[in-house]
Amino acid sequence: MTARLVYRKATNIVMLTLTGVCTLLAVSVLFFILGYLLWHGGKSLTWDFFTKLPVPVGETGGGMANAIVGSAKLLLIASLIGVPVGFLGGVYLAEFGGSTFSYIVRYTTDLLNGVPSIVIGIFAYTVIIVRQHHFSTFAGGIALGVMMIPIAVRSTEEFLKAVPNSLREGAVALGASRSKAIVTVVIPAAIHGILTGIMLDLARVAGETAPLIFTAFGNQFWSPGWNQPTSSLPVMIYTYAISPYDDWHRQAWSAGFVLLTLVLLVNVFSRLILARKGHIAR
Amino acid sequence: MPTSTSIAEYARPSERARSFLSRLRGGDAAAHLITFLAAASIVFVTGWIVFELYTNSVLSRREFGWSFLTTQVWDPVAGQFGALPFIYGTLVTSGLALLQAIPLGVGAAIFLSELAPSRVSDALTFLIELLAAVPSVIYGLLGVFVLIPFLKTIEPAIRRVLGFLPYFQGPFYGVSVLTAGFVLAIMVIPFIISISREVLLAVPADQREAAMALGATKWEATWDIVVPFARKGIIGSIFLALARSLGETMAVTMVIGNDPKIHASLFAPGYSIASVIANEFTEATGDLYVHALIELGLVLFALTFVINGLARLLILSTTRKGSS
Amino acid sequence: MKKLVCLIFSATLLAGVVSAQVLINGAGATFPYPVYSKWFNQYHQKFSNIQINYQSQGSGAGIRQVTEGTVDFGASDGPMNEDQLKQFQAKRGSQILHFPTVMGADVIAYNVAGVSKELNFTPEAIAGIFLGKITKWSDPELAKANPGVKLPGSDIVVVHRSDGSGTTYVFVDYLSKVSKEWETKVGRGTSVNWPVGLGGKGNEGVAGQIKQTPNSIGYIELIYAIQNKMAYGNVRNAAGKFVKPSTASVSAAATGSLKEMPEDFRVSITNAPGKDCYPISSFTWLLIPARIQDQAKKKALVDFLRWMLDNDAQATAEALDYARLPKAVVAKEIKAISKIQ
Repeated sequence: MTARLVYRKATNIVMLTLTGVCTLLAVSVLFFILGYLLWHGGKSLTWDFFTKLPVPVGETGGGMANAIVGSAKLLLIASLIGVPVGFLGGVYLAEFGGSTFSYIVRYTTDLLNGVPSIVIGIFAYTVIIVRQHHFSTFAGGIALGVMMIPIAVRSTEEFLKAVPNSLREGAVALGASRSKAIVTVVIPAAIHGILTGIMLDLARVAGETAPLIFTAFGNQFWSPGWNQPTSSLPVMIYTYAISPYDDWHRQAWSAGFVLLTLVLLVNVFSRLILARKGHIAR
Repeated sequence: MPTSTSIAEYARPSERARSFLSRLRGGDAAAHLITFLAAASIVFVTGWIVFELYTNSVLSRREFGWSFLTTQVWDPVAGQFGALPFIYGTLVTSGLALLQAIPLGVGAAIFLSELAPSRVSDALTFLIELLAAVPSVIYGLLGVFVLIPFLKTIEPAIRRVLGFLPYFQGPFYGVSVLTAGFVLAIMVIPFIISISREVLLAVPADQREAAMALGATKWEATWDIVVPFARKGIIGSIFLALARSLGETMAVTMVIGNDPKIHASLFAPGYSIASVIANEFTEATGDLYVHALIELGLVLFALTFVINGLARLLILSTTRKGSS
Repeated sequence: MKKLVCLIFSATLLAGVVSAQVLINGAGATFPYPVYSKWFNQYHQKFSNIQINYQSQGSGAGIRQVTEGTVDFGASDGPMNEDQLKQFQAKRGSQILHFPTVMGADVIAYNVAGVSKELNFTPEAIAGIFLGKITKWSDPELAKANPGVKLPGSDIVVVHRSDGSGTTYVFVDYLSKVSKEWETKVGRGTSVNWPVGLGGKGNEGVAGQIKQTPNSIGYIELIYAIQNKMAYGNVRNAAGKFVKPSTASVSAAATGSLKEMPEDFRVSITNAPGKDCYPISSFTWLLIPARIQDQAKKKALVDFLRWMLDNDAQATAEALDYARLPKAVVAKEIKAISKIQ
């Protein structure tokens, strides 16, 4: 065994071990984050958190009931914008695509996906808030909805494209029109993937903070309707975390726990569904 | 020949679809139109965003012109606004993030694609991709309460080893560009790992086999043959990670220190474009101030636009899929 | 399943039905946030159909948002300057009125290991520290005002506001009065170009930063220092005495200004003459448009102002270590309320 061979074999083992170490580091970061948040957030969580409104600053107690409801309302509006536009856009790209226009749409969708959330916040502010002269849940929902669109488009397109052409051809062979084939055959075949893609999308915007600061503003009371400012979980986490009050820190941990648990549950659930319904490959 | 039962199987969940269908009385034309409108609205909205950014920054652009990008001063009282400290902060924090994320990310991707058995690889990738789903504000939360105290304890050690460099001199307050760089690194690693792993897996098996047949060790085969083959896709994933970290707002705002100055030391606080917009936008009094902030948004948009474009180009040409 | 969906849907729709509620939104100063949040909470307990939502985002935000018309009222500890008043007139078509609510103090809070008693700060020391010229705690300027106190040789970490702030305005207004160098180099404003230091968002952010950063110093409103059990110092006033910030010393600062109180209440009481005055004191104002379209909102705001000027509300403020408004100011304000159309 020459020295060179020994060197090469040694390098082999060392480098491959290093890659293992890298992976270990990456995975352990995740476990650390999860574990720390679950422990710290879990022990701070009280029933009050879900049921009470915030108390005046400096006092202890209270909760984030209005923030939880606020986030839910924001996501509702976001999905009313993001889901139809994203879904239909994805259908267009997958079923009627192929032209230069499709290329432009795909490119723009990618562009929109890359727009930082703070810029979307500026956009929603100048377009809605300034014109309407008040902050609102509605504007916040629109900002989040715009952020939802690109991923909804992409996942719809991907899963529709994964449906084998034989299904489309079969439907047409039986006399269905193009649109009928899409609606009754292709979309249902891809529906699992599309729905999970949308759920993942929702989970992603649920955690967005930056656009809400300029649009939904904040509210220490219940926010009735859709035209008033509203509190939301991510914004509360931000506000409370940078404050000096220990009780607010405790609440920020609780909110982080709730938010992260929801987001991760949706993610794990979605990916398991996707993996299970195996014929749509990941 | 596809039987009617197998079509019916797929058509069964279509109760909703049938009522939807009845509204599409025009059939193909209507479907085409509706979906076309949806697709067109995406283009319209994106264009509108650019338009709004452009028109609402006009005062600042007129006042400062291109020198906006090279001026260091950010003085609301005097009405002097320059983007350089923020561009610097954004680039430095992203640069630091990539410096840490690239070796770790590519290393992990190599392990997951070449060494790990496929079930283990899938499971670990699944877990790592969960990291990408964690909201930014939660990274910020952990940054403030976990990372900063941690960095404060290891800072003397770093200073002892690297203190001769100007990058590691000066006081350390916990909030700094270094801290922001760390947080960003954790946030972008999943992207690098996930995409790099996919492009590495896409490298044809015969490349590896040929290398092995010629007597290469596993590492040599991987590093000298497989990785170069997938190089463009890996670089694409790095650009994607970069684009992500440039626009990252909340996590950075909470740990960067909010100081609009350029310091050589990484221990010093800094300011990124996204952070200054988040902090000062709702309270910028005076139209010039607001327009200057929106111009910063335009600069950020342009930066991410270019880098995302490059990323897409590289990744598409490697994986050869329509999307990734 | 369908029934459940319908139920949820109609419930959310009902959530959109607004009862005879009056919803008012305001934004602004973090300086008085503890007392405002208490007041608005109390007021809501009293009149459950009136909700005054106040977001503490800094005085700069208060001025900006009320000028844009995105909130119904603003709040600031830095009175609006002539330019800002003109802007409001131009954008909203009416005047903007300032109503003092309470008075408070910007205290010099610090976090120095081993120093638990109150330090004395001279104007030169404060200006020097925030200009970045005095960099160590052991500097002679600090040492000579604090004989017998063991000050460490460590670097001073300056913390200031990163957002547009009335607390900042009060502080830099004071510094401009006591330091020519500050006045020419940095000047006055809600957002200034700080020579040195870290930025914290809101009084809360600065307090949090000071608490977490050893050897740091910053300026925050008195109640934040008290609520967070932070050390804060005495400042030498114009009469040469080191005064501790308190409701009494803040009230003393106001009495001097009562004679020349302008009609619009925009007055600075920093560095007031008088031997018991705390030099970094200030009024804080609610910024209310002179013309409010919505009659219900107008009535609610006017009623709130009267309630706020009353004894109970002012006593609540005092309990939170804000100084209550002098009787003369209260009387003047009650008359001024009629200006709101």
